[in-house]
Amino acid sequence: MPETRKAAVIGGNRIPFARANGAYARASNLDMLTATLDGLAARFGLAGERIGEVAGGAVLKHSRDRDLTREAVLGSTLSPSTPAYDVQQACGTGLETAVLVANKIALGQIESGVAAGVDTASDAPVALNDDLRRVLMELNGARSLGARLKALRGLRPGQIVPEVPRNAEPRTGLSMGEHAALTALEWHVGREEQDELTVASHRNLAAAYDRGFFDDLVTPYLGLSRDQNLRPDTSVEKLAKLKPVFGKGEGATMTAGNSTPLTDGAAAVLLGSDEWAAQHRLPVLAHLVDAETAAVDFVLGSDGLLTAPLYAVPRLLERNGLTLGDFDFYEIHEAFASTVLATLKAWEDPAFAKERLGLDAPLGAIDRAKLNVAGSSLATGHPFAATGGRIVATLAKLLHEKGSVGGRKSRGLISICAAGGQGVVAILEGN
Amino acid sequence: MSNDTLRDLSQNQLVRRLGVPRIPVLRRYAPGQPLLDGPALVGAVGAGRYAEQIRALLKDADIADAAGDGTVAAAVLDATGVRTLDDLAAVREFLTPAVRRLAPSGRLLLLGPEPDAGDVEAAAAAQALDGLVRSAAKEVRAGATANLLVVHPDAPPAATDSAVRFFLSARSAYVDGQVVRVGVPVGPAQDPIGMDAPDEVVRPLAGRVAVVTGAARGIGAAIADTLARDGATVVAVDVPAAGESLSRVANRVGGTALQLDITTPDAADRLLAHVRERHGRLDVVVHNAGITRDKLLANMDADRWDAVLAVNLRAQLAINEALLADDLLSDTGRIVCIASTSGIAGNRGQTNYAASKAGVIGMVRALAPRFAERGVTVNAVAPGFIETEMTGKMPLGTREAGRRINSLRQGGLPVDVAETVGWLAEAETGGVTGQVVRVCGQSILGA
Repeated sequence: MPETRKAAVIGGNRIPFARANGAYARASNLDMLTATLDGLAARFGLAGERIGEVAGGAVLKHSRDRDLTREAVLGSTLSPSTPAYDVQQACGTGLETAVLVANKIALGQIESGVAAGVDTASDAPVALNDDLRRVLMELNGARSLGARLKALRGLRPGQIVPEVPRNAEPRTGLSMGEHAALTALEWHVGREEQDELTVASHRNLAAAYDRGFFDDLVTPYLGLSRDQNLRPDTSVEKLAKLKPVFGKGEGATMTAGNSTPLTDGAAAVLLGSDEWAAQHRLPVLAHLVDAETAAVDFVLGSDGLLTAPLYAVPRLLERNGLTLGDFDFYEIHEAFASTVLATLKAWEDPAFAKERLGLDAPLGAIDRAKLNVAGSSLATGHPFAATGGRIVATLAKLLHEKGSVGGRKSRGLISICAAGGQGVVAILEGN
Repeated sequence: MSNDTLRDLSQNQLVRRLGVPRIPVLRRYAPGQPLLDGPALVGAVGAGRYAEQIRALLKDADIADAAGDGTVAAAVLDATGVRTLDDLAAVREFLTPAVRRLAPSGRLLLLGPEPDAGDVEAAAAAQALDGLVRSAAKEVRAGATANLLVVHPDAPPAATDSAVRFFLSARSAYVDGQVVRVGVPVGPAQDPIGMDAPDEVVRPLAGRVAVVTGAARGIGAAIADTLARDGATVVAVDVPAAGESLSRVANRVGGTALQLDITTPDAADRLLAHVRERHGRLDVVVHNAGITRDKLLANMDADRWDAVLAVNLRAQLAINEALLADDLLSDTGRIVCIASTSGIAGNRGQTNYAASKAGVIGMVRALAPRFAERGVTVNAVAPGFIETEMTGKMPLGTREAGRRINSLRQGGLPVDVAETVGWLAEAETGGVTGQVVRVCGQSILGA
C-alpha cells in the first residue's frame, strides 16, 4: 500500500444556478449533471478519458434517477469506462462527495476523480398518494379476478392528491427556515446584520463575475451565464422593506432576501493526485487537507437543526493543530444569513465553548473580510447537493490566487450545514 | 439537403429544362480521398523549374498523367519561365485544349513569375497571367476553379508543394480566381513533432497546438473541427457567455475550452499563460472572433464603432504583440487572421466592420516581415458569402443575391474557410506569408 497523500483540487465546473421554475424549469437533474460533467471535460480536455470515479448525488431525486451519476457519466463525453456512484447527505452531499473521492486518491486507490452534486426544485419528484400506491401494489400482486376486484375496491377519490416533497424535517414537522429562526432567536441574531451579510454576498459575487473570476469555473447553460438570483444592486435599505417569512412576531427577522431561495443547478470538482495532474499538464489549485462530519440531536436535544458545524469545526481544528484564526478564507455556506451569524456568535461565546464544546476558551472571532469573499449561497442560490462543489472549486481558486502567506501555504475553511442535523466541514490548502 | 434550395433543385433535369442553370455541387474534401478524381495534365512554358516537382508530387499521390484525350481533373502549367508575349501565346496554346477537357470540379492551376522590374516585357507578361487566370476562373464550368501561384525566383521547387496540393485538392473547393505569392519559406519546412507521423499528408497538423478564437459556432467551430481532423490539439476560445456551445465544440474535437473575453486588458497574458501551462507549446493561432454592429455611417455611434473595432482588430493587435514579445510560438508558427471581402470591397452599413477587416489586412502585411525571421507566417483569409446561421437570417432577396454573384454561383460553407486556414496552418506552407486569400468563389465584390 502506498503512503497516504493529499488529493489535489485541479478545478471545477458548474452551471449558473437558476431560481426554481426559472431558466431550468424544464431541465432534469440528469440533464444538468450531464451538462456540468461535459463542461468540466471541455475545460480540462477529458473527452474520452477514463476517470478513477465520479461521485455525485442529489437531495431531491426521482425514483427513475437510480444511479443518477452513472447515467450522467454515460451521457457525457467522459469515457463510459468511468465508474460512478450516488451519495445522499442533504446539503452536505456535494462536500461529502469531494471528501470521498479525495480519500480514495489519498489512499492511492484512484488517481483521479470527480465530485459532483445537482438539485432541482423545479423538476421535483411528485409521487403517487401513499394510499393509492398501496392499492396499486395490491392489485399488481393479485392473482385472481376476485382478488383484483377486491384490491380495486380500495380506490377512493381522495387518493388523487399526490405526495409532494416538503422542505420540512420529518421528525419535527418544522421547515428548515423555521428551525433556523429558532436558532436565530437563541443567538439574538438581528435583522440588520442578516441584511448586511446578504448585501455583502451579492456584491462579492457580482464583483467576482466582473473580474472574470468565474470564467474558468462556470459554463453557461440554457441561456443563463450568471446566477439568476444575483442582485448586484441590492442594498440594506431595499432588503429592509421585505416582510419576515420565518419565525413569529417581534422576533421574526428572516426574509426571502436573507434566506436562500429554492434553486436549480449542478456543480462538479476535478480531483486527482499531483502526479496525475502533472501527467495531464493540469494545474493544482489546492489540496484537500482534512475533513470532519458532525451530527447533532435537534429533535430532543438542545441543538439547532443547522448547528452541527459548530461541533465539526473545533474537532477538525484540534486534529490539525490549528485555531480558527489560522485561515485566509472562510467559506461558510449561507443557508440563511442568520445561520452564518449564529455560527460565528457561538464560536465567540465562552459559555458555549465551555458547556457544549468542552473547551476552556471559545474559538474566537474571524476576520469578516475573509468570509465568503466571492459570494455564497445567498447570492448564488442553493441547489442543495451542488453547493459543496461550488464552494470547493471557488475556494481552491481563491487559495491558488492568494499563493503563500508569510512563508506558509494559504489556508481555507469550508463549513456546510445540512438537514437532519448534520454538518460537513473541510480544510483546503493553497498550491 | 443544403440550405441552398435552388442549388438542390437545379440538380433536377426537369427544373433545368425550365431554364434554371445547374448550380454545381462542389467536390469537397474527406479524409482518405485521392488528391484528384482523375488524371492531371502538367505542362511548362519556357525554362520552368517547377513542372518536374509537380509531376513528382502527383506521382506520389498516385495521380495519372493525362495522356491522349479524355477529361482531366486538373491542368497545371508551370509558366514561371514566361518572359515574352510569345511565351504568353504558348500559355494559351496549352490552356485552350486543357480547358475543354476539364472535368467537373476540375482545377486549372498556373505558376507564374514575379514581375521583373528590370525587364518591361517580362513584367507585362507576368502581370498578364493575372488577368488571364481571373478570366479563366469566370469561364470554367461545373465547379471548376482557376488560380495562380506567383512564385519568387529564389523559392526552391519543394516550396510550392503545399500550395499546389491545396489548390488541386477538394480543400480549395470555394477558392477561385485567386493569386497567391509563394516565396522562400521563412523557416523549417517541417514541424519535427509531426515527422514521426506515418501519414503526414493526411494529418498535416499532427502534434501541433492551435488556438482558435470565436470557436463556439459558425466558421470558428468549423475551423476547430478541421484543424483537429488534420491532427492539431485545439484550444477553443470564446466569450464566457458562449461557453455552452464552446464546450460542445471542444469535446467534439477532443480539445479544451477556454472561456475568455479577448477584449479584456489581460486577455493576451491569460491566453498565453493558459497555453504554456496546459500544452507547453503553440504552433497555430487563428484570429477568428468577430462581431458585426451594422449601421449606416450617418447613424454610426461610438459604441457600435468601438465594440467592432475592439473585438475584430484591437484584440488581435494585442495578442499578436504578446506573441511577438514571447517565445511560445514555435519556429513553424502560423498566425491566420480572418478578414472579410467586406474589408476589401466595402459594404453598405458596415463602415465599422469593413474598417476593422481592412485593418486586419494591414496588420497582416505589417506583421509578416516582423515574424518571418522566427519562422512564423502571418496571413489573412477573407471569406465571401458563407452559409452560416448569420447569413441564414438575411432577407431572402439579399441572401440570394449574395449567394449568386460569384463564379461558382453559390455560397461557400464554413468548412471552405476552415480548409484554407488549415492549409496556411501547416508547417509546410512556410513560403506563404503576408497574403490575403479570399474564400469567395471569385465573388464580383472586391475582385
